Amino acid sequence: MSDTTNSARAQILNGIRRSLRRGELGGQQRQAVEQRLATPERGPIVARAQLPQAEKVALFCQWAEVNNATVARVEPRDVPAEVASYLARNNLPAEAAVAPSPLLGGYDWESQKLLVLRRGRAEGSDQVSITGAFAGIAETGTLVMASGPDHPVSLNLLPDTHIVVLRESDVVSGYEEVWAKLRDRYGKNNMPRTVNTITGPSRTGDIEQAMELGAHGPRRLHILVVRD
Amino acid sequence: MQSTAHDFKENVGTALADPNLQDSLAKLKVGFSERRRQAAERLPEFEALRDRARDIKNHALANLDFYLEEFERKVTALGGHVHWAPTAADARQIIGDLCKSAGARTVAKSKSMVAEEIALNEHLEGLGIAPIETDLGEYIIQLRHEPPSHIIAPAVHLTKDQVADTFLEHHAPLGFTKRLTERNDLVAEARYVLRQKFLEADVGLTGANFLVAETGSSMLVTNEGNADLSNTLPRMHIVLASIEKVIPTLEDAAVLLRVLARSATGQESSAYTTLNTGPRRDSDLDGPSQYHVVLLDNGRSSVLGTEMQDMLRCIRCGACMNHCPVYGAIGGHAYGWVYPGPIGAVLTPQLIGVDEAGDLPNASTFCGRCESVCPVRIPLPGLMRHWREREFERHLTPRAVRQGLALWSFLARRPKLYRRVTQVANRMLALFGRADGRYRKLPLAGGWTQFRDFPAPPAGGTFHAQWARHGGARVRP
Repeated sequence: MSDTTNSARAQILNGIRRSLRRGELGGQQRQAVEQRLATPERGPIVARAQLPQAEKVALFCQWAEVNNATVARVEPRDVPAEVASYLARNNLPAEAAVAPSPLLGGYDWESQKLLVLRRGRAEGSDQVSITGAFAGIAETGTLVMASGPDHPVSLNLLPDTHIVVLRESDVVSGYEEVWAKLRDRYGKNNMPRTVNTITGPSRTGDIEQAMELGAHGPRRLHILVVRD
Repeated sequence: MQSTAHDFKENVGTALADPNLQDSLAKLKVGFSERRRQAAERLPEFEALRDRARDIKNHALANLDFYLEEFERKVTALGGHVHWAPTAADARQIIGDLCKSAGARTVAKSKSMVAEEIALNEHLEGLGIAPIETDLGEYIIQLRHEPPSHIIAPAVHLTKDQVADTFLEHHAPLGFTKRLTERNDLVAEARYVLRQKFLEADVGLTGANFLVAETGSSMLVTNEGNADLSNTLPRMHIVLASIEKVIPTLEDAAVLLRVLARSATGQESSAYTTLNTGPRRDSDLDGPSQYHVVLLDNGRSSVLGTEMQDMLRCIRCGACMNHCPVYGAIGGHAYGWVYPGPIGAVLTPQLIGVDEAGDLPNASTFCGRCESVCPVRIPLPGLMRHWREREFERHLTPRAVRQGLALWSFLARRPKLYRRVTQVANRMLALFGRADGRYRKLPLAGGWTQFRDFPAPPAGGTFHAQWARHGGARVRP
């Protein structure tokens, strides 16, 4: 850290303390805020998503469709067939960039002879991507993606069509359960570089406030909710 | 950007006479506010969430130094860098230096009001670096060399036809020579043009809706996905955020997110909410290799601990302007600087001075709709009143207003005299033409009657007279 940075930093922090008429936090006050950080308090619970797991999954599907995603509920063995069928139904090329994840690697893609898959991050020319999801939020039909070697972020954004495979057991009520799951998986001090939460396809209301799909991210979002 | 807030009255005249603007504003009045009402009704917990959101921001502000240091510690531990900018000039310098160090020719920018506040684009252009606005609304106004007119819908003042003309003019050299008439075609053309720019950009610059101290994450909320392309494709990601954006934990973010989208556009959730934490990890397949956060103060720390502190709770949803009858009549440009509407009337005098922007807190009827919809319950009319008081104390209030107020306070403290004077005034008004029910012209009220008729008082005498006749009883609903 350079001297300039140091002095700019001190200028802002001291300015804050002067305005708040106190010095650096210490003693009990400091303990209280440290405690609040260490054990986060939840806000008011949104009742509509406090449901048994099966109903939670149904609520997720309902809200995802309200938000212009499409949903197919399938058995694990039918995932490759549903992907191929979806692409054919929508006149899309049978080619996709696929996240190199163990979950997706476990499906029998060989069963779909016409489907051409490439593992890795997205390129500008990719039309279709297939990824897993870290979680699904029932409250709003939102997908949660955690970046890592098994899930490049560009797959969520660049292609026109994004196909997501979500396991029923990964559907949770609200953000709070997602945060808990993230802390479990990655540890509190080591979040993945990017956590994308995605609610329906990309959209914009910037021309006359009318929502149009496909602004910069995918125009189509198809979610395969897989029984497990 | 250069302020024209001192020309507020002139700006208002221009705005009221602009038919395209008036068409656009007519849509705004029914669009956002109706959708917000429906979204709030769908969520029984909405009011409790607003209370909690207010409390979270108050707590964060009361411990701002602590949370900023925590945030910095977490960012640094994961290989990111935090830069502290006391002033707008400091922030411009830091960002310019970072872009130069990356050898940047183009910067993909995601909409940031703080970047507007510090006039970042002009600075980058001066260094020979091209900033490319990627939010569709910002892109449109960048092509037109206009400032944003709304904090979440920067091109809300434009009609589809105006956008079509702008695209034809600027995209024709790229081979798009057909004038488009459908909104989805306009969106598709912008997507195509901007996609190339994303793939070429050296630096991605975004704002932040929240900074999470617990994890060292910056949090971004968008519908288009442009912020996410900006923070994923280029090799350097710069986050520009003002210091009051920091909140303690992810749980707090969950509360604020629930009120933000509903208050802004009436959506249950925006399409993309993204947490960025540090640069790409060794095993990642994409993402920027450098991650920088620039923390801007620009006068905010001096607002802490004053009666104006509540303005720092703002989460920039735009609900106050969507519900403001004054904004609805004049749009955002008339306010003359970056932040329009009720929050602009409160922030602008703070950020650029009450001498420059003194008219803005007076541009309110104090109807209270802004406060009633604010997700963090900022008492906006109360804050505007504070500014009016400060103007009065500093003798910035126009002489006619001061004399009028002095006369009124003289009368108001003498009830008998007050009654007699108002009786006479009431009779005079009746003489002038109660028959029409309105006045086309009225002495001392030319500012009003120049644009509209003044309603005549109903028959039956002054309020006091009518009150006495009704026995002074309270009318209960």
